[in-house]
Amino acid sequence: MDIIVCIKQVPDTADVKINPETNTLVREGVQSIINPFDMYAIEEGIRLKEKHGGKVIAITMGPPQAESALREAIAMGVDEAILITDRAFAGSDTYATSYTLSRAIDRIANYDLILCGKQASDGDTAQVGPGIATHLDLPQVTYVKKIVSIDEEKAVVERMTEEGYDVVEVSLPALFTVVKEINEPRPPSLRGKMRAKKVEIPRWTAEDLDVDPDKIGLKGSPTQVVKIFTPERTGEHEIIEGESPEEMADKLVEKLLPLLK
Amino acid sequence: MDYLLTEFQQEIRDLAWEIARDKVMPVAQELDEKNEFPHEIMKILAQSDFFRLFVPEEYGGLVENGKGMLELCLVTEQLARACGGVAVTYAATALGIFPIILYGNEEQKKKYLPRVAEGTLAAFAVTEPSAGSDISAIQTTARKEGDYYVLNGTKHFITNGGEADIYVVIAMTNKAKGPRGASAFIVEKGTPGFEFGKKEDKMGIRASATRELIFNECKVPKENLLGREGMGFIITLKTFDMSRPGVAAQALGIAQGAFDLALDYVRKREQFGRPISSFQGIQWMLADMATKIEAARALVYSVARMADAGHTDIAKESAMAKMFASDVAMEVTTDAVQLFGGYGYMKEYPVEKFMRDAKITQIYEGTNQIQRNVIAQHLIKEALK
Repeated sequence: MDIIVCIKQVPDTADVKINPETNTLVREGVQSIINPFDMYAIEEGIRLKEKHGGKVIAITMGPPQAESALREAIAMGVDEAILITDRAFAGSDTYATSYTLSRAIDRIANYDLILCGKQASDGDTAQVGPGIATHLDLPQVTYVKKIVSIDEEKAVVERMTEEGYDVVEVSLPALFTVVKEINEPRPPSLRGKMRAKKVEIPRWTAEDLDVDPDKIGLKGSPTQVVKIFTPERTGEHEIIEGESPEEMADKLVEKLLPLLK
Repeated sequence: MDYLLTEFQQEIRDLAWEIARDKVMPVAQELDEKNEFPHEIMKILAQSDFFRLFVPEEYGGLVENGKGMLELCLVTEQLARACGGVAVTYAATALGIFPIILYGNEEQKKKYLPRVAEGTLAAFAVTEPSAGSDISAIQTTARKEGDYYVLNGTKHFITNGGEADIYVVIAMTNKAKGPRGASAFIVEKGTPGFEFGKKEDKMGIRASATRELIFNECKVPKENLLGREGMGFIITLKTFDMSRPGVAAQALGIAQGAFDLALDYVRKREQFGRPISSFQGIQWMLADMATKIEAARALVYSVARMADAGHTDIAKESAMAKMFASDVAMEVTTDAVQLFGGYGYMKEYPVEKFMRDAKITQIYEGTNQIQRNVIAQHLIKEALK
């Protein structure tokens, strides 16, 4: 079973800083890590390989320094990695990103499954995974929390929902985005770290991919981020106190009734 | 202190610490309370290749034959900063296969070492109810019958007992010859006549398994004899020379772990309107503790490097490292509890566990009194030269 895992390098902070002038992420001085949700995708890929054979290829689109994220994935047990990097890709929104990744995956050609984290911890859109599947015209299952069974033809998975989970049967190849409930990512291995240092990571540019120049980078991005900000807390709140629930309910009704008039 | 570790050694140390911090620390208290064996952590260590650090390259390991002592010590130290019981469980597998590495023939090495490289646990079984420091008092016997040796007797206090798949057992093949009548055998779990007895309820290192091994007409193939008949005593001595640095590293890690907790606590704890770390009495304790730990570390790493450099007689130095580091562990953990005051005595806080874990390092792998005997004997022998 050949598996492609799509990963993203993100700043290692829950509190992402934004440059207010450019409305882009401030990456300087912040350590870069693999998007935490992608760690579950990597782990699941490695587990499937260990169980069913085959190989795991990690891909990422990003600046040249994103190569270190791919090396980390190799240290965990991923077999191969490809860095998709080109100035022409700069400024891609989720549409252009998923299009570019889908072209790279199309070039890889041989695969049974594509795994992504459910979303990136910096952008939080959860759009790139589904976008890739759409561009490739593949079935997708989002928020997968368990792969119940899988063979060359099809998979049965559990898909997390707000109130429980769906059991979905899907034909392969397909794309899954995974949630943290699916596994516990392993630490790297010493042999993996040794291999990660030496392994050559090919770089694919726009020229290497069969891409429509109008669909990549800033030009290929139908959405523009106009402004990113932390919303200010608006509205007042009041905590109603009282001796008993009845008393508190009475007080609440007293406050609500005038508003209805 | 800069110990001039290679880049790979630094990586080993750092990854071991990440695992200790992220995977061991969160469960250390629970494992201690429940007397529970750390199966999951051993799986992670195996997956991350840490069992390959004491197996030679040609058998699936990551080190050149005769090396890897410093690496083993680095990992054991980092694990012990989080849990002494987890650290000894890991190091005891190295102890279990040192006899095979040192005295095994090619077939034995090929058969057992690759399994250990993958994470199979091993154990070394010498101690008996009436044979602790006095190895010549071993009662377990091995009687040759055709293609087999038949083992009878009971071993106790065996680290990894019941959990390990591969055991090296010392038994008497010729009781009349005393220590020279002892031999070493590889015995696999599941061999008919090999059962496990009482599991000990210990003061510390409670995550580790300490159990009785019972041999009742247990037939072991004659190919499982290590070296020749009568070599059991020398195999035991040489094995302990190799394993003492590991126990020293465990003690070192326990001391460091307790110190880290204490330093963190005294900086936060306020009395008389200021952090207690501002009091000179506390500062002097911290300074003494840290200095002792660093001295222990220098000694442990030095003896490990001696072993890696190919010195075969490291009995004196490894005894010094084990004795010194374990005494430091006891002193530092006791002081760490003291720095925590009343809270230090409570199980709710993690520091008392370090004090309980430290105690065993002064006792096992030869009591510190026996270590002093070894050191003194070597000093006198050297003076005669």
